[in-house]
Amino acid sequence: MSEHGIEAVQGVSWPSNGLSEVPFRLYTDPEQYRLEQERIFKGPAWSYLCLAAEIPNPGDWVATTIGETAVAVTRGQDGAINAFVNRCAHRGNLLCIERHGHGKEIICIYHGWTYDLAGKLTGVAFERGVKRQGGMPPEFRKDDHDLPRLRVAELNGLVFGTFSAEAPDLETYLGPQIVGGIRRVLNRPVHILGRSTQVLPNNWKLYFENTKDTYHASILHTFLTTFRINRLSMPGGINIDDSGGHHFSQAKLDYTAEDADYNREGLRSDTDMRLADSSIIESVDEYGDGVSVQILTIFPGMILQQIRNSIAVRAIHPKGLEKTELEWIHLGFDSDDEVMTERRVRQGNLVGAAGYISMEDGCVGGFVQRALRYNDDDAGVVMMGGYDAQSQPFRSSEAAIRGFWKKYRAMIGD
Amino acid sequence: MDNTVQQGIHELIAAYAECIDDDRLEQWPDFFVENCCYLITSRQSHEAGHRHGVVYAASRGMLVDRILALRRANIFEPHRYRHIVGPIRIGTVADGVAEVRSNFIAVRVMHDGEMSLFAAGRYLDRIAVSAEPYRFIERLVILDSEKIDTLLVIPL
Repeated sequence: MSEHGIEAVQGVSWPSNGLSEVPFRLYTDPEQYRLEQERIFKGPAWSYLCLAAEIPNPGDWVATTIGETAVAVTRGQDGAINAFVNRCAHRGNLLCIERHGHGKEIICIYHGWTYDLAGKLTGVAFERGVKRQGGMPPEFRKDDHDLPRLRVAELNGLVFGTFSAEAPDLETYLGPQIVGGIRRVLNRPVHILGRSTQVLPNNWKLYFENTKDTYHASILHTFLTTFRINRLSMPGGINIDDSGGHHFSQAKLDYTAEDADYNREGLRSDTDMRLADSSIIESVDEYGDGVSVQILTIFPGMILQQIRNSIAVRAIHPKGLEKTELEWIHLGFDSDDEVMTERRVRQGNLVGAAGYISMEDGCVGGFVQRALRYNDDDAGVVMMGGYDAQSQPFRSSEAAIRGFWKKYRAMIGD
Repeated sequence: MDNTVQQGIHELIAAYAECIDDDRLEQWPDFFVENCCYLITSRQSHEAGHRHGVVYAASRGMLVDRILALRRANIFEPHRYRHIVGPIRIGTVADGVAEVRSNFIAVRVMHDGEMSLFAAGRYLDRIAVSAEPYRFIERLVILDSEKIDTLLVIPL
């Protein structure tokens, strides 16, 4: 490390070694943001790249980002998935410009440098010059200029990548519980039902914490309680991996009782409200385990959602200190019939940028961000359910948020 | 083209935008037939044939619920839109149904006066024109961008 390298970068200091006091400056400090890009997104973390179903055929590619770093993901001629930095080795030009495409090779539009689907430099335009003039010096070797490759791993149709040689293999990184949570939801081949991007006016961490925050759900999102959609007692809990970075929360629901209840009971008072068309919550217990909600997060920026029969992947893309793009990918299963597809699409009203139980998450992070502008000394309090980041059989807790900071601090190395 | 039909379609589309922009949202579902289809989606999703949009209603009741939730349940910063609806082109009119296409932009005006271009796109409509008042059988709101700033709660 050079004397001007990252060792010299000073991030935000914490008031203690605990996890329950979170400095506000973490969301506003540009140096901290730079540290995150280097030590988390380019560090020993596995980031979600795309669905395997998006690149089914050799030559298919998608362009995405890990943190803010541009990455291309391809399906090679051998059927294997490759990922590499989406940046020409020559002058640093963006290679794959659109979100997805198809081709036998990747050709830089700027000077025509050509790479195979594994990121290996295969062609340099005018390498030998023109009419014996110019061209690359004889010691130039294409082999020295392959695109930096990422390690890639696939789990139940989700494709992940890491820049790090040190990161453990994906399943070890996630831990057995989280792997189990993924396998439970994505237990058969999926296809995309729709996608959209929600632009959030806040630091990426505020959204990721929000998805780990089981405390806010029934307070900020009043849709279900306003329409007295029976949540019964909804037993559930939080499962957190040993590193703290990943989690899933579950809640159970007696679907049959809910259905009967909603259709039987009349309005109790003038202020009592019912949905005119309750088909958006009409659900089936497709996994046969009574779990109606499972929110699963993978550090540093992916969410796998099962809310009733609404299945979605959400990917968090930081776009600067105070802007985040949230990519929503709504999924169906290849085995779905028309009734099931329509059910999933109707339930889709619950989630996304216009979701009845999610739209508030789009603005609340922005409110926090605004409140912290030049007002970011002090630390927030994250003590619900204790001080540590252990799995718990209840959800009135901030344990998963503390888990996030446990992993975050370990990777930043503060 | 029957002038009356043309005028009726223009009136419906203009009144629809006015209703939303004037915050008379309780009247918004009345612009649709009972068994309607209302979908807000992106050009990319539309072209890919994806069924899942951002807002979807398959009945007038679902539209009523959208407004009830907006008024009583959902939390968001107060704002309004100003719709500018562009040229309205009427395609085929057959069996009492007109196929109509128009363009729109919606400016979002926040409670503090902050204005931004929130959405641009086109309406692909199927309108029942056999009886007054004309109503939407289907209104597809195809957004030119798949990016939505912060949240979408007021219909487009």
